[in-house]
Amino acid sequence: MVRDVIIVGAGVTGAAIARELSRYRLSVLLLEKEAEPAFGVSKSNSGIIHAGTQNPPSSLKGWLCVEGNRLLREELAWDLGLDFARCGQLIVVFDAADLPELEKIKREGEALGVKDLQIVDRRWLDAREPNLGPEVKAALYVPSAGIISPYRFVYALVENAVKNGVQLRTSSRVTAVSRSEEGFEVTAGGQVWRSRWLVNAAGLYADEVSALAGAPTFTISPRKGEEYLLDKKREHLANHIIFPLPSATSKGVLIIKTSDGNPMIGPTAHDTPDKEDLSTTDEGLAEVLAGARRMMPSVDRSDIIAYFAGLRPASGKDFIIRHEDSVPGLVNAAGIQSPGLTSAPAIAVMVADILKKRGLELVPKAEFHRLRPRPVHLFQIPLEETRRLIEKDPAYGDIVCRCELVSAQEVRDAVKHGARTLDGVKFRTRAQAGRCHGGFCTTRIMKIMQEELGLRVTDITKRGPGSELIKEERK
Amino acid sequence: MKERQLVIVGGGPAGMAAALAARGAGVSDVLLLERDQHLGGILNQCIHPGFGLHHFKEELTGPEYADRFAARVRGDAGIEVSLRSFAVRLTPDRRVSFLRPGALEEVKAGAVILATGCRERTREMIPIPGSRPAGVYPAGLAQKMVNMEGWIPGREAVVVGSGDIGLIMARRMALEGVKVKAVIEIQKTSRGLVRNVVQCLEDFGIPLYLGHKVARITGRDRVEGVDVVKVDERFAEVPGSAFSLACDTVLVSVGLIPENELLEMAGGEIDRRTNAPVAPEVNLTSVPGVFACGNACKVYDLADWVTRDSELAGRLAAEYLGVSPA
Ligand SMILES: Cc1cc2nc3c(=O)[nH]c(=O)nc-3n(C[C@H](O)[C@H](O)[C@H](O)COP(=O)(O)OP(=O)(O)OC[C@H]3O[C@@H](n4cnc5c(N)ncnc54)[C@H](O)[C@@H]3O)c2cc1C
Ligand SMILES: Cc1cc2nc3c(=O)[nH]c(=O)nc-3n(C[C@H](O)[C@H](O)[C@H](O)COP(=O)(O)OP(=O)(O)OC[C@H]3O[C@@H](n4cnc5c(N)ncnc54)[C@H](O)[C@@H]3O)c2cc1C
Repeated sequence: MVRDVIIVGAGVTGAAIARELSRYRLSVLLLEKEAEPAFGVSKSNSGIIHAGTQNPPSSLKGWLCVEGNRLLREELAWDLGLDFARCGQLIVVFDAADLPELEKIKREGEALGVKDLQIVDRRWLDAREPNLGPEVKAALYVPSAGIISPYRFVYALVENAVKNGVQLRTSSRVTAVSRSEEGFEVTAGGQVWRSRWLVNAAGLYADEVSALAGAPTFTISPRKGEEYLLDKKREHLANHIIFPLPSATSKGVLIIKTSDGNPMIGPTAHDTPDKEDLSTTDEGLAEVLAGARRMMPSVDRSDIIAYFAGLRPASGKDFIIRHEDSVPGLVNAAGIQSPGLTSAPAIAVMVADILKKRGLELVPKAEFHRLRPRPVHLFQIPLEETRRLIEKDPAYGDIVCRCELVSAQEVRDAVKHGARTLDGVKFRTRAQAGRCHGGFCTTRIMKIMQEELGLRVTDITKRGPGSELIKEERK
Repeated sequence: MKERQLVIVGGGPAGMAAALAARGAGVSDVLLLERDQHLGGILNQCIHPGFGLHHFKEELTGPEYADRFAARVRGDAGIEVSLRSFAVRLTPDRRVSFLRPGALEEVKAGAVILATGCRERTREMIPIPGSRPAGVYPAGLAQKMVNMEGWIPGREAVVVGSGDIGLIMARRMALEGVKVKAVIEIQKTSRGLVRNVVQCLEDFGIPLYLGHKVARITGRDRVEGVDVVKVDERFAEVPGSAFSLACDTVLVSVGLIPENELLEMAGGEIDRRTNAPVAPEVNLTSVPGVFACGNACKVYDLADWVTRDSELAGRLAAEYLGVSPA
């Protein structure tokens, strides 16, 4: 069978493209090398839905960011049942001499179409951000910025795409691409798949996939960012996302609200040659702590409960979203560095448009399931609502994760919706993501996975083959 | 809303001792909530001997020690044990909400004893830099996997921290045929009992590196090794002293933290460093009628002392309720 479109990579970019194309009468296959979607860059980032400021006015990423923010706010967050919180952002300055810089960011943002920007003084800040340090003098207030759970965003896009007919294949790494009369022959996961069009959204490996397809036209250079999560007890540390004035290479160390309640500090920004290097370092921790404490001195090392690193898949300064004329039918969505999470919905529309201009017919489906039911998270709902759920379904009263209040039923739901690994359960439900790091609940979750998936315990992994948790079972 | 005289949260040695002592002191109605399917708490996974030497003057395993109390608790008609019941909320006026399969219940308690135990400090709290592969476990979790489930997590292990749990798990892993390459301790002396250093490490030929730390964990999907480095008096790395150990498992045993989230919800004062209740005396909290005992109150090395002090908590609750022995 020859499909219309194969998309490589189930990160936020590939997932958003899949969901966009699922509106039309097309056969679409989404190939992902990892055991689950969202295990690439899209799981380790700041989760900020940027407003669009701090991008050069003429850049692709600038307008895609503004448009992505709008699409999320006005359509997707509701349609897909996402927790998008529009908490707003503050870009703070420590020196009144930097005010002209803020004015410039404001002007450039306005040129891109960012709305309601406002320079605010220390009195305004004192009333709204009581934990800001004495060094902060003023800020640019950006109300349209917000936060989202990045992995749950990807899961929602993928689930909805699949519901609308997209085929998802995980553990399917694309290793070869050849041309045929109809288009492409793609080897992945021991199978050969055929399609007329090929969309490359392979994140850090987009350069390699493009080269496999015959267009070695760019390289991806990873830039590492370390992030440190704080205890939920510090949930009210900040009321906005707090940025310092950006430098040439980075937006600086931020204080970030997250949609799960734990504040986060980070990220660093350092080039690394290694696309697999997700290690954190003592230096990174020191840099992040110093940066965050300058804005909010009460941030303490003992508040940290978790940390991770992500790699921005950068290629030059801007996104690369284009049809490769040297390989007809190949569309690259590459170099999707920050603000890629925000831009994804707009990138998806742009890619669909490119395909259309090149000749792919986009006929809307008679029945497109726009809405996705919102999954239950006990930690988000009042106890009274929990009571009603438990009365319908007793397993919501069977608590597995005590730090984050996750029930056995939520873990089962996660597995039913595609979780195949311990990390997959964690990202979907938050079980193991709290202060004890799974000390109490890991064995219970593993047993539920055994029941639901019929696995031996030695087959259960943290995040796919190679990350098995148990070497041997003795009874 | 149902009223109960005394609600105890946690059915480990602390909660059980408090329940029995409260009964002895005249409390007629006790509700004991336990999240797990059994009474006994952490003792269920401590299958090694060394319990009861003080309280019973004989050497028992953890489950044996717990069973002696569990049998008495179950035999006491004045104590209602509610298993698989997780307390989610406590208010300053002592309303307790708990979830169990099929129900959310709320009770109003005359007095409350929190006996919720400890959680383990994790790798993230020290913190150890490096990658985040599978194979890094808090030692207590590994103990549960091995002793309760029969799951052997790895083949070659390094233990971080020389507290008793770390030492006991080093021996436990060695007994299961796992090669334990080293125990790494940042302090100059072991934090565990001398008898454990001898019986758990020396008898098994497991090297103990004092004044050393794990500077990095390596491996993408599964642990491949650790980098170890010597530290000076101020815990700074000694240049040139680093070496690597290959292993597939890292057990982290770097201390316990009292679980006091319920007390915090009720507005109780908590020491930000130790996470223990702030109070002038053991077993008290800053919320009237709410007591804390066992590992929730402070970290104990020996279950025997948990029992002794928790009995006092039971009597304090009786006194607060204004009852006296029948
Ligand atoms: C530290 C950090 C903080 C960030 N913060 C923000 C933020 O706050 N807001 C924001 O908007 N953006 C942010 N970003 C950027 C954002 O995370 C990325 O732009 C976005 O996640 C990129 O998504 P992607 O789908 O292009 O890449 P990925 O998520 O990496 O997806 C690519 C997928 O392709 C798969 N793949 C690769 N090769 C193959 C192959 N050969 N065959 C099959 N599959 C393959 C990968 O496994 C992966 O799942 C941040 C990035 C970092 C690193
Ligand atoms: C891993 C580990 C190994 C140990 N090894 C030894 C040893 O070898 N020798 C020794 O003498 N001592 C040992 N100890 C110490 C000793 O076991 C403890 O001091 C003792 O078990 C503490 O008793 P406890 O009742 O306070 O806590 P726990 O035994 O931890 O019991 C607390 C109970 O409260 C329940 N609970 C918690 N929160 C809730 C809630 N919200 N709702 C309902 N129930 C809840 C838990 O499920 C648990 O059953 C060890 C401790 C640990 C953590």
